[in-house]
Amino acid sequence: MDQTGHTTLAEWTAADDAAFEAALREFGDQRGLGYIGTVPEGPGKATHVRELPRDAELVIMRRPIAGG
Amino acid sequence: MSTHQVLPELASVPWRQPTDAHWLRRWARIWHAWTLLYTVPFICAGVAMIWLEPLATPVALAALAHAWIIPELYAFRGASVVRPKQPRSAAGEPVAQGLLGDLLGHDERELQRGTGLVLERGELGVWLLGEGGALLVSPGGRRMHCFCVRAVERELPPSDRIAHLLLALRVDEEGFATVANHAFAGAPWRVRRRMPGRMRPALDAARRAAG
Repeated sequence: MDQTGHTTLAEWTAADDAAFEAALREFGDQRGLGYIGTVPEGPGKATHVRELPRDAELVIMRRPIAGG
Repeated sequence: MSTHQVLPELASVPWRQPTDAHWLRRWARIWHAWTLLYTVPFICAGVAMIWLEPLATPVALAALAHAWIIPELYAFRGASVVRPKQPRSAAGEPVAQGLLGDLLGHDERELQRGTGLVLERGELGVWLLGEGGALLVSPGGRRMHCFCVRAVERELPPSDRIAHLLLALRVDEEGFATVANHAFAGAPWRVRRRMPGRMRPALDAARRAAG
């Protein structure tokens, strides 16, 4: 999620190793920029991920939150 | 809502006690006692002055005004956490609205489009998330807490700001409440009258959901 609303950083399938490798690099780069990987898991639930899950349908990179 | 995950942002506030249900009940009692402490003396002083010396009525009215204004200011502070914030990236808002909508159920999506607030049921109560803050209506709907909390990126479109808070809340509800700054606790009606008119139906819905 960014200033444009959101940007698709990578797309992959479990069977496509090359696409997943590219997604892994992008995931690492975004974490380096301070983004946090989050996998939405339906109503009321989400999971924080430190490694890119190969089988996840969607991983959202979000910025940290802080008290205002 | 998941309670097994720990919000990574908790590492930035290691000194804080976990904001769990017990903490919220205790804090609500403290706020209630504090409200009585700064209103009752003004009321007693005002009544006593009129009773002892009717000529002191103007001063007594000033004391009574204090008893009314100070709680109103606190409630205003609570309601302000969900007021729209500046600056914003309006150009990205339609895209951000789409992503946020995908994270919500039908009823919550409609409520968000009408009021600007996202309703989310949790274990601590029913949450309303805005661009730069969150309201928590406690179970039963008679008490609420207001929190200042936001994504650290200030240039995000409004719906993206809410989506950040929603995802963090869904990862770790207590962690979310712990990271947030507590701004107010009190009766929902006190906050409702200070909220922008378009947001009030969201608080009504949250109270119904919490009751």
